[in-house]
Amino acid sequence: MTKVSMTVNGKTVSGEVEGRTLLVNFLRDDLHLTGTHVGCDTSQCGACVVHVNGEAVKACTMFAAEADGAEVATIEGMANSDGSLNTIQQAFQDYHGLQCGFCTPGMVMSAAALLKENPKPSEAEVRDYLEGNICRCTGYHNIVRAIMAASGQDVPAVAAE
Amino acid sequence: MYNFDLVRPTSIDEAVAALGEEEAQPLGGGQTLIPTLKQRLAMPSKLVSLTAIAEMKGVCKTDDNALAIGGGTNHATVAQEAAADFPGLAHLAANIGDPAVRSRGTIGGSLANNDPSACYPAAALGTGATIKTNKREIAADDYFQGMFATALEEGEIITEVRLPIPEASNYQKFEQPASRFALVGVFVAKYADGVRVAVTGASNDGVFRWSEAEAALSSDFSAGAVDGLSTPDGSGMISDLHGSGDYRAHLVKVLTKRAVAAAS
Repeated sequence: MTKVSMTVNGKTVSGEVEGRTLLVNFLRDDLHLTGTHVGCDTSQCGACVVHVNGEAVKACTMFAAEADGAEVATIEGMANSDGSLNTIQQAFQDYHGLQCGFCTPGMVMSAAALLKENPKPSEAEVRDYLEGNICRCTGYHNIVRAIMAASGQDVPAVAAE
Repeated sequence: MYNFDLVRPTSIDEAVAALGEEEAQPLGGGQTLIPTLKQRLAMPSKLVSLTAIAEMKGVCKTDDNALAIGGGTNHATVAQEAAADFPGLAHLAANIGDPAVRSRGTIGGSLANNDPSACYPAAALGTGATIKTNKREIAADDYFQGMFATALEEGEIITEVRLPIPEASNYQKFEQPASRFALVGVFVAKYADGVRVAVTGASNDGVFRWSEAEAALSSDFSAGAVDGLSTPDGSGMISDLHGSGDYRAHLVKVLTKRAVAAAS
């Protein structure tokens, strides 16, 4: 076992991990931050996306020990300080960007990473950026609309395809 | 996963020392190795993470007009830093996997793994890159030795990749729609002394140069010059449920034309 410490959502945390402990397991099992989901465990679905030093990563495909000393942000840290939903989360609610909600934490974290890098993305850029986030309910249209709304742009009337 | 010790050296020397131990294995961004470990297809006793080695990260232009990229540089950084000097390479890096994979995956890891459907081998071979390791420099033409096989020795680390900057280049990838790996990918690079064409995804022997196209394009760099060539032989190409060897051979020609037409 190795001792790791990192900053998660602004708080310093530490714990003992095995070499093989994935970041997502450390977050969920040790820190009890269960908002980060494990969908596929094969780095395809994106339900486990978190930010490590500001970059979106799949927490199921990174070891906890590799995040030693890093700044980690998870879905639990996304709400405003008064507990209300932040802009992206609120837009997901307003535009019904979810059905079962399983993929939503990863979608919100990917959306936040996109808008940090590209504050006014086109619809095509939003769809392209979500390549690594899979939703099996919504068909993506409302997710894309929510992210466009969160970026302060006009929301395209998306025709069902 | 079987358990292992994970160490994070902060210098190349420390990493090389750690890799000297029995059954130690280097870990780049882990975007291939971690899924492999989960399937219990590898059983290292120690993983030596290369992600904390600052001297192996970054992109810079050299005096002899090459791009020097640290082996531990992730795809997202290459996509950003190469955009001005080498747009063909930036475009390739910007389309590997998805954004979260590009935050972790590294150029050194991709070249060391030499997946027959990976993108970076096409850029390295297509530019005649130099692969620098902790021990020596290896020309790309000598480096790739077949599917998942390279000139790297046990415990040898790719510290830097130097890619000569072409006058014009482009990479075209035909994605396998489920995995999004290259079903076929073609990198075309035009230099003052000739054109190089490297193909990934297609051959059972891994990345290769299409010499007939190189000769034709060196005298006439136009999509039309590719038209006159016969389609490469599909018999040595990968044949699976996603496409036959002949289909891949056909794609090689189509993508080469597209790459030439799009080269900038």
